[in-house]
Amino acid sequence: MTEVFGVPLPALLGQLLLGLVNGSFYAMLSLGLAVIFGMLNIINFAHGALYMMGAMLAWMGMEYFGLSYWAMLVLAPLVVGVLGLVIERLLLRWLYKLDHLYGLLLTFGVTLVIEGLFRSFYGVSGQPYEVPQALSGAINLGFMFLPKYRAWVVVASLLVCLAVWALIEKTRLGALLRAGTENPRLVQAFGVNVPLMVSLTYAGGVALAAFAGVLAAPIIQVSPLMGSNLIIVVFAVVVIGGMGSIGGAVLTGLGLGVIEGLTRVFKPEASNVVVFVVMALVLLARPAGLFGKVK
Amino acid sequence: MKLKNIAMAALAACGFAGAAQAQISGDVVRIGMLTDMSSVYADIDGAGGVEAVKMAIADMKGMVAGKKIEFVYADHQNKADVASAKAREWFDTQGLDLLIGGTNSGTALAMATIAAEKHKPFIVIGAGSARLTNEACTPYSIHYAYDTVALARGTVNPMVKAGGKSWYFLTADYAFGASLQADASEVLQKAGGKVLGAVKHPLNASDFSSFLLQAQGSGAQILGLANAGGDTINSIKAANEFGITKSMKLAGLLMFINDVHSVGLKAAEGMYVTDSWYWNQTPEARAWSRRFFEKMKRMPSSLQAADYSAVTHYLQAVEALKTDDGEKVMAKMKATPVNDFYSKGMIRKEDGRFVHDMFLMQVKSQKDSTEPWDYYKPVTRIPGDEAFTKLADSKCPLVKK
Amino acid sequence: MKARNPLFAYVLMFGVIAALPALGAYPIFVMKVLCFALFACAFNLLIGFTGLLSFGHAAFLGAAGYACGHALKVWGFPPLLGLLFGAGCAALLGLLFGLLAIRRSGIYFAMITLALAQMVYFFFLQAPFTGGEDGLQQVPRGQLLGLELHDDLQLYYLVLALFIAAFALIRRTVHSPFGQVLTSIRENEARAVSLGYDVDRFKLLAFVLSAGLAGLAGATKTLVLGFATLTDALWTTSGAVILMTLVGGMGTMTGPMVGALVIVALENKVGELGNMLAGLTGLQWFQGLGESVSLVTGLIFIVCVLAFRKGLVGEALALQERFRRPAQ
Repeated sequence: MTEVFGVPLPALLGQLLLGLVNGSFYAMLSLGLAVIFGMLNIINFAHGALYMMGAMLAWMGMEYFGLSYWAMLVLAPLVVGVLGLVIERLLLRWLYKLDHLYGLLLTFGVTLVIEGLFRSFYGVSGQPYEVPQALSGAINLGFMFLPKYRAWVVVASLLVCLAVWALIEKTRLGALLRAGTENPRLVQAFGVNVPLMVSLTYAGGVALAAFAGVLAAPIIQVSPLMGSNLIIVVFAVVVIGGMGSIGGAVLTGLGLGVIEGLTRVFKPEASNVVVFVVMALVLLARPAGLFGKVK
Repeated sequence: MKLKNIAMAALAACGFAGAAQAQISGDVVRIGMLTDMSSVYADIDGAGGVEAVKMAIADMKGMVAGKKIEFVYADHQNKADVASAKAREWFDTQGLDLLIGGTNSGTALAMATIAAEKHKPFIVIGAGSARLTNEACTPYSIHYAYDTVALARGTVNPMVKAGGKSWYFLTADYAFGASLQADASEVLQKAGGKVLGAVKHPLNASDFSSFLLQAQGSGAQILGLANAGGDTINSIKAANEFGITKSMKLAGLLMFINDVHSVGLKAAEGMYVTDSWYWNQTPEARAWSRRFFEKMKRMPSSLQAADYSAVTHYLQAVEALKTDDGEKVMAKMKATPVNDFYSKGMIRKEDGRFVHDMFLMQVKSQKDSTEPWDYYKPVTRIPGDEAFTKLADSKCPLVKK
Repeated sequence: MKARNPLFAYVLMFGVIAALPALGAYPIFVMKVLCFALFACAFNLLIGFTGLLSFGHAAFLGAAGYACGHALKVWGFPPLLGLLFGAGCAALLGLLFGLLAIRRSGIYFAMITLALAQMVYFFFLQAPFTGGEDGLQQVPRGQLLGLELHDDLQLYYLVLALFIAAFALIRRTVHSPFGQVLTSIRENEARAVSLGYDVDRFKLLAFVLSAGLAGLAGATKTLVLGFATLTDALWTTSGAVILMTLVGGMGTMTGPMVGALVIVALENKVGELGNMLAGLTGLQWFQGLGESVSLVTGLIFIVCVLAFRKGLVGEALALQERFRRPAQ
């Protein structure tokens, strides 16, 4: 077995791949957070809970209605998106005139409600969710077994992130969104329905989270707690990347996933905290984050 | 200061009044059970265990020594602070007479401390750590069903004999996992095997892939799963997914019938299981299990059977003595042999260890299984004094050397 | 907005609390409420009077709990020294957090404190001296000035005395010139800067003080309950203290105490309510209500943020003002 820095090659590559998979989730979730923050100026604490909801819906769809993974990949984000619309219309819109911190607290409350609801029905240990037939099995690369599903996760997330980036940076709708963020009054004066745009942005952001949830369901135990620890890491990712750019959020997410994977090879106990350590270092050197713009 | 004196006098008065009721305290025998009802260990004990205790109370017609039996139970969520606080509250404000601890060694250790403080009996059923009868032994705790020493001796030996000499451990990161890994390593080394390494995972871990990759990188022949419940199930599934099972054999150091049911016979076939009881062992076991099945729609695990047995043993002691005084009942329970559908044996006076036979079994293949839940074929019986730590080797400070 | 005779009101309030065990209250429960009340008061110093939302205060509660527990159990410190040691460790941790977090403000500040607290949590998970998932158990109570602390009642009066002392300290701080500057930072930071105050230094000091007092709460809790566990350092505990302060009333003196009572009582009783309903109706699902502490907590959060931002004491004070005004 070939060794790199005293670590066997299959182990290193395996952890790198797993790191890339984790990084894809970080990227998708911080992307959603960045989009919502850009438009609504709210840090959506509920992002983790809605990601969990996507996964739980996928499981429930299979369990109660026999819906396939592929169906849920479309359906779950739709359902969560609608829920997002409801949350934004009913709850969040009252807070736009207040201190931003209240938005964080409200979405924290929403998190507790969603998690509590699922917990009281399903407990905290995970429900198993099978990898879909088409993607099951592994490719024997010789130096390691590469589960097909994990490769799919990386590819799918990259495609989705690319699509969102293209939508925001390259299309007219995206231009409207960006303009609405900068100067909502002016854009409204041009006849654009800004409140609707805001609602749809929130819905879209959380739909993205739900999509990530469905992707995660076959890999991670689908449990009501799966969002909470993840969201805090994503917060750290967002602080590191800075809220400045979409591309920045994606790159930071992927990069940190890989760093985490590498840490797991050499010092497994530190893998939980390495993202936070990086955050502390970045804060000391560049308080605005790597890609951040100081407003 | 005066208020304090008045308050203290009032409390003292209450204390005397309580002592006057020498027989059954509070005119009721209250049993309290703390177990994991919603997390990784909910299936192997949990609501089923609660049901088993209810069955035991119902079989005594709800009365003992002429007084009513009351039963309270709560979910400790695998948190030692929740268990400790709840146990203390029950003892202080509800006059609890017997504390039963379900799964999780961390919570059991916490509860043992409280029970010893309050001088009331505490029967540990589901927790595995052998520390409960060694370093952490108290005159008030009884370790009933199994412990990590018995598991290690049961499962490790036949696997080493079959050629699995190099091991790598996947361990749950708390008292139980550490205990199981330590005991298994000791047995392994005595049998001539080697420990190539170990990795710890958090309790109720969501993703085992990175830990399994580390295990694979070690090149060991056997992957020892020093975890339980949901963690074991997920480890086995992930090991299959990553093709680990092609190069390593899995050793489930603590497995219950519910785990095999969840994983499925295909994935678990051939695995060795060391357990204290199996529902299909004897006609009496079968009869009781059918009763349990009617209520819970699944076959009981050995822990749930042990819950019933332990509560019955306690109630019989109270009936015989006509008192629920902690010390007296403890002495009676240790002096009376246990002889029921669950097990036969004696509870050791010095450290509270219930010494009984353990059984080594192997998971059947799908075609050998003739009815639902028919999962095990017996391999050998391990006599109690071979399975558990001998008194001479015990690290319990109460054992006089 | 001050009551006409605050000292009298405080003496009455603390007198009632002192008499609670004689009235039949379970001392351990009241002590637990007092510890969380102190935790919330310490947190309130930061959010209510300085305007900084820290989402990682649980780290101080947990750090002090472990430090004190370790000092009492392993090093054999006397109780008071153990408590001070715990609070000191928390203050030190607060200094480290503050140095990193003060660089950003508002939402970022909150997120950074959350992330740092999570880091501390994982450290506790791994460190051998904390006992990880099992927690640090069997922490001895010892004796203090002839008081035998194993007796719940004697411990009760010690805890109450500590609480009163800390409460007095907070009140003194808030009404001091230092406190005035903090309030000005909360109201309008830019103006405070333009007036020449070194705003960052004040914020840091407030943070360290808040952390130290939160640590005192954590250390006391460990002394009372006899253990320190990971739950103390978990982010949900940070959320709980925010809720306590919000429900009770941010920026008021007694609000956090009221909030702590409400939330701790709720957490205790929701499980019992579930059991009772399950027993009555025979529906197993009500058993799960015990899990729904999160659900109820979350709903309260939402309602408070949307419609009840002043909290119980805040609304009461506002009501009092409205009734007083027509008389003038």
